[in-house]
Amino acid sequence: MQQLSYFELIGFGPKGWGLALLTATGMTLAVALCGFLAGSIVGTFVAWAKLSRNLAARTLADGYTTVLRGIPDLLVIYLFYFGGSAALGAIGGLFGAQGFIGVPAFVTGALAIGIVSGAYQAEVFRGAYQILNRGELEAARSVGMHRWLMFRRIIAPQVLRYAIPGLGNTWQLVLKESALISVTGLVELLRQSHIAAGSTRRPFDFYITAAILYLVITWVSTYLFQRAETHSLRGLRRTS
Amino acid sequence: MDFTFMWETFRQLLTGVPLTLNLAFTSVAFGAVLAMMLALMRMSGIAVIEMIAKAYVFVFRGTPLLVQIFLIYYGLGQFRPTLQELGLWTFFREPYWCAILALTLNTGAYASEIIRGGLQSVPYPQVEAAKAAGMSGFLLFRRIVFPIAVRQALPAYGSEIILMVKATSLASIITMMEVTGLAAKMISQTFRAVEIFVVAGVIYLILNFAITRLIMALEWWLSPHLRRPPSIEPRIEAAHV
Repeated sequence: MQQLSYFELIGFGPKGWGLALLTATGMTLAVALCGFLAGSIVGTFVAWAKLSRNLAARTLADGYTTVLRGIPDLLVIYLFYFGGSAALGAIGGLFGAQGFIGVPAFVTGALAIGIVSGAYQAEVFRGAYQILNRGELEAARSVGMHRWLMFRRIIAPQVLRYAIPGLGNTWQLVLKESALISVTGLVELLRQSHIAAGSTRRPFDFYITAAILYLVITWVSTYLFQRAETHSLRGLRRTS
Repeated sequence: MDFTFMWETFRQLLTGVPLTLNLAFTSVAFGAVLAMMLALMRMSGIAVIEMIAKAYVFVFRGTPLLVQIFLIYYGLGQFRPTLQELGLWTFFREPYWCAILALTLNTGAYASEIIRGGLQSVPYPQVEAAKAAGMSGFLLFRRIVFPIAVRQALPAYGSEIILMVKATSLASIITMMEVTGLAAKMISQTFRAVEIFVVAGVIYLILNFAITRLIMALEWWLSPHLRRPPSIEPRIEAAHV
């Protein structure tokens, strides 16, 4: 059998894996994005708890971020993957279902990423909130804004502005973490490369392609976050 | 919660701790040397060398560690005949060395940025003063620049070491039976994910807590000038009272 050239191998021809790899890249982006958004929601609440006057909430939130940043992400993914199925099986058992119920790998993956990145995003949001000018909060209160209105009009826009650099870093982490989801069998970029490498016996070609695709995503998202940062700061006078 | 089961799990998972620490410290040690070289390349002032160091950091920080591990462990298998000829195959055949290599290359990229930050934070007047006193070259680096830079970089380097301890868990995917590897095997055998997760998590937290404490102790030891001097009771002569 004649060896395919590298470009035939990853191209879009009849024997090429191009389409599969692109689809898998889309899957990587989708799971990373969902995880990132889940993490934003978790992070917002954890940051809120950390900033609250309630000692119990603060302790709980501090414990959460300490634990999640101290244990390997892979372990969290295993917990969600195996633990999620076990929990679903137990719930299914109550309704008379029997045997193993698998949780979709996409859901476990996105949730695991969300839980882990939530810990990082909480710190980012907390830091950004602390930069806020206290006077603006007082002003908002004095014109009679209610908590939710104040959050929506005063806090959220400014916190997001200051959080963009930190969120950019977290996004890069999330993106790289999404590669770990491949252990649960979700066909994202790394898993697809693994499959292709196995069936063509050309592992190096496929893993290097995967690495290049990851780099492209990183590069593009760095650019986008920089654009977002300059855009968000357009109304600010800066000392520099 | 079944505490006898958890205790048994704890004892079994403890057998993976030496490998976890071994992987982490070996790669951090090699990685530090690599990082130092990269940082010096980055600050060399020679455009080509700077570009190489920059590209290296970009590539290794921009791709997932797992991809790097697969690229080395599985990917290089594609060049097996060539590697065998060169006598390198015995190295790349072992998952242990592949994991060490991948972790080292990876931490080198991250740590080089930390070291660069430390080196750049050295106040220039200090260097000027040293030059005025006749120091230059390696002596200047060894006596003035390096000690100040290390102190600046140590906290960030501490968190990098913690990250490396966490990163060793990826070695379990290429069959290394460290703590996460053992935990994953036990979970798939018993399906008691939560209990095993809790125990494994506790082990990692203990390890990381101990490392944090060690780094803090090192920081304390390296910065005697920032500590308050031991208070010496002024001896009051009776005659002056």
